[in-house]
Amino acid sequence: MREQLPRLYWTARTLVGDDAEDAVQDCMVKAFERFDQLNDLAAGAAWLRSILVNCCRDRLRAKARQPGEVEFEEAERFSLYRKIAYEDPFPYSDSLHLDFLQEFGREDVHAVLRRLPELYRIPLVLVYMDGFLAKETAAILQVPLGTVLARLHRGRKLFEKQMWDYAQENGLLKEASR
Amino acid sequence: MITCSDAVKQLWEYLDATVGQGEREAMEEHLSLCRRCCGELEFAVELRRLLAASGRSDIPDDVMRRLNQALKELD
Ligand SMILES: [Zn+2]
Repeated sequence: MREQLPRLYWTARTLVGDDAEDAVQDCMVKAFERFDQLNDLAAGAAWLRSILVNCCRDRLRAKARQPGEVEFEEAERFSLYRKIAYEDPFPYSDSLHLDFLQEFGREDVHAVLRRLPELYRIPLVLVYMDGFLAKETAAILQVPLGTVLARLHRGRKLFEKQMWDYAQENGLLKEASR
Repeated sequence: MITCSDAVKQLWEYLDATVGQGEREAMEEHLSLCRRCCGELEFAVELRRLLAASGRSDIPDDVMRRLNQALKELD
């Protein structure tokens, strides 16, 4: 468990922000209570992750926000790649897409993730940050694989859209073009 | 051949290897002929790298100390 702590902490950070430490503590308590449920030590990482996700969900429930259909339709059509090419925020650069990504530090990425509804944020974090396979994520979240794939698809689109909005709102692009 | 918008829609699924063989071949055919979608693909790879890199980090010392303490109390 000790060697899992940094990974658990950073997963929790992207899910619940400043409540991360409390969420990891909740997770440790629950893990100890249920240790007898773990029959295969190799599955420990996924098992801990599913406990952590549930602890984070309990903390998120109060603050939940679901995007409207309009927001989804807008996100579905959105392509960050094309938006960057079209808006051309780095006129003197020949690698503007990479320049755009380089403006994002770790905290910025976490902040963008936290703007997404938990339904989409949780699978994105588990797959693309923590490196679990989609089918492992389905087992962690106890939903069918198709549901995870659909949420990853929508979540990725929402993430791209939120990255652009975040960059605008936080002046990442203005600073870069100076 | 599939359209650019079909290709872009499936880009991440293609990289995740969660598409079927037929879809994978259609994607590869499209990518071999379309420069813009290759740009999209490269960008998707970089964006995924950024996400993966955001997960790896050292835990702040004081947090680690408190969590270890809590862990000891549970043991
Ligand atoms: Zn194309």
